[in-house]
Amino acid sequence: MGNDAVFRVGGLRKSFGHIEVLGGVSLELHAGEVTVLMGANGAGKSTLVKIISGVYERGGGGMSLVGHEFAPNTPAEAIRAGVVTVHQNINDGVVADLDVATNLTLDRLSGSSAPFLFNPGRVRREARAVADRMGLVIDLKARISDLSLADRQMVAIARAMAHQPKVLILDEPTSSLSSAEADRLFALLDRLREQGVAILYISHRMSDIRRLADRIVSMRDGVISGVFDRKPLDYEGAVNAMLGRKIHLDRIVARNSVKPVLTVDGLRIAPGARPISLTLGDGEVVAITGLVGVGKTALAETLFGVRKPLAGTMTMNGRPYAPETAGEAIAAGVFLVAKDRATSGIVGDFNIERNVSLPFLKRTSRLGVLRRRIERATARRQIQELGIVCRSEKDEMSALSGGNQQKVMVARWMSQAARLFILDEPFQGVDISARRDIAAKLRASANGRATLLFVTELDEALETADRILVMSEQTIVGEHRNGDVDMDRLLAEVAGGSLHGAA
Amino acid sequence: MTLRDYAIRYGFILLLFGLIAYFAIAADGFVSPQSAVFIFQSVAITGVLALGVTATLVVGGFDLSIGSVATSAMMAAAYVMVVLEQNAVVAVVACLLIGAVVGLINGWLIVYMRVPDLLATLGMMFLLVGLQRIPTEGRSIATGMTMPDGSVANGKFSDAFLALGRHRFDFFIPNLIPVSVVVLLVLAALIWFFLEYTRFGRMMYAVGSNERAAELAGAPVKAYKIWAYIISGVFASIGGILLAARLGRGDIASGNNLLLDAVAAALIGYAVLGAAKPNAFGTAVGALFVGILLQGLTMMNAPYYTQDFVKGVVLVVALVFTFALSGRDRR
Repeated sequence: MGNDAVFRVGGLRKSFGHIEVLGGVSLELHAGEVTVLMGANGAGKSTLVKIISGVYERGGGGMSLVGHEFAPNTPAEAIRAGVVTVHQNINDGVVADLDVATNLTLDRLSGSSAPFLFNPGRVRREARAVADRMGLVIDLKARISDLSLADRQMVAIARAMAHQPKVLILDEPTSSLSSAEADRLFALLDRLREQGVAILYISHRMSDIRRLADRIVSMRDGVISGVFDRKPLDYEGAVNAMLGRKIHLDRIVARNSVKPVLTVDGLRIAPGARPISLTLGDGEVVAITGLVGVGKTALAETLFGVRKPLAGTMTMNGRPYAPETAGEAIAAGVFLVAKDRATSGIVGDFNIERNVSLPFLKRTSRLGVLRRRIERATARRQIQELGIVCRSEKDEMSALSGGNQQKVMVARWMSQAARLFILDEPFQGVDISARRDIAAKLRASANGRATLLFVTELDEALETADRILVMSEQTIVGEHRNGDVDMDRLLAEVAGGSLHGAA
Repeated sequence: MTLRDYAIRYGFILLLFGLIAYFAIAADGFVSPQSAVFIFQSVAITGVLALGVTATLVVGGFDLSIGSVATSAMMAAAYVMVVLEQNAVVAVVACLLIGAVVGLINGWLIVYMRVPDLLATLGMMFLLVGLQRIPTEGRSIATGMTMPDGSVANGKFSDAFLALGRHRFDFFIPNLIPVSVVVLLVLAALIWFFLEYTRFGRMMYAVGSNERAAELAGAPVKAYKIWAYIISGVFASIGGILLAARLGRGDIASGNNLLLDAVAAALIGYAVLGAAKPNAFGTAVGALFVGILLQGLTMMNAPYYTQDFVKGVVLVVALVFTFALSGRDRR
């Protein structure tokens, strides 16, 4: 491991309007090291990455790469100089309508040295080479739009690797990968580290960080709040520097419920899957956990009426419940905070107030005419309730941080009383303090309804739920009362059958 | 607010007033009630069409068939009265039905057959341009015309129907405001209220902005989309009725500019008051803007071909206002 920094950032500043996002960030990356950058949402990580990768212009300060000044005006310049970024949004890294091979070699199609004619054979050969270096096992002729999110991610990363970068920046690369896929990524990063690439790795996931980090840099409110490079690494210190307060794992006092709200009997959500039976009780918070792709979202959507079950029945408060549409589910008092708020929650053209009222316009109007005073009062009340940080209920959603956007989504569905409140990955892309706020709110308001969470991260389940169910292969394989969880058994259930081996 | 915000918000309104001031000085007789009414009358039909297309823009769609729906309605009105010798009510109902059915088919093609909106409505446009000529084998319809089978059509436009295009209400000055202008104002107010103040309008905006979020909020997204095209079709057919009433015949050569003028008005509407989204008020102002421009140019004796050019320039400038300056999609 070299001690001289390959890449240096000094006193970097950036403001959007009056808001200073970066207030003088200095950072060094060393060859053959993985530097992990931690920071709550809104700390300025993404802005920093976008400046380094040439997407944003910097507001002040400077950068140098191997001793030379580095000031990219466009992403292409940054890449040519040897600084390659894999962005958080997977679809930014791939072209959906082209096949894998073309995507892997896309950057060679332009530039002065590129041949005039497109030669499919050569493209496939080059792509094969790139894929082999990466250990990527994938059909090169497959179209990106036919691939799973995880596979697209691998292609995006492989594409970045094809540049043989000196500096590689990964912005939350594992947020949509299963653990097996993440392991493949880590193996590759190990290889790159040995080759002397300086890696900046941005993540919230402690398991990733423990696995990879040589150094940890914590960011808070647009400045570096701590650098940790002495072995063994001080993980708690890094988290503390990021949050600015000691996080204490609140022990959950698990509650029992006597009154069932929803009973599911013999529900099958995928061909060949074992049927699911479960009961959710009044006042209880239940978390269903499991790896990416085990059917959590499918189950959530089935309960919410946007997906039809293959078999089975549901009973709500003693009456049969078989919603055909989301509208019917909502009318029955079943609300869903859907996964991935940007694509399935937020209406970008609407401000906070209108986003909150969206599902309940009927109850907010008389003879079809909206009652705006009620709408505003509801929005104000919900902003108070969830502690959404904003100037007013008229703020645009794009002005909010990820955590606050998610609070608006939760606020939307908590503005009316639910019988069953489902949240699918409610903590994705949410900083820890917002996550705690939301979890506390869910627990405090749990009486009078059943609350069901779908989370991939075990910590999130342990922090919020009275009861934890484990999903694997489209069905429920285990149940635990929070408080006396047998972690070994739980982890074994999560890791499941033969699919992932010993995870 | 910064200067830039002001420019985005009020730039287009200022431009409108500047234009009026310029023509007031440069063109004799531009500032008079008659001139104002003439402007309104000239924009009435395109305005009605533009309001309809606004509904489809709101749900994130587009309707290219409005011009041909209008001319089809015009031909149908003439056919019903002149050839079938029916009264005005039958003619109006027939037109509205045509609009609604075309809208329904457009919506069905787009929602259920998954044809992209531009292509579906483009196809419908061609279909209607041809269809409206089939009954008379390509001839215009007027009283006393010879039908393909050699007979003579003896029906005529009823007076009640013609009044829709020719009657003028007294407003301070006798015989000032034409029916078409009243229709435009009423429809503009209706669609404005519908989009801004009813839950249906609100949900249509939600569908246009994030279809999946709207669906997961319980909205019947498909129904909303289809209704948007039905609104568009019905409005276009109302435009066609007004056109037929003004012309007093079914003229196959008229209505060529309707589509482009209406679309221009609706898109210019994006820029009004910095809305950066389709909206009824903006569309009405947009239609007025185009009308004032054309009337002013006409009164200054500008040749007809410069008018299309100027319209295009205005549209491009309006779109720059909307998309580049307001920068909605940037951070």
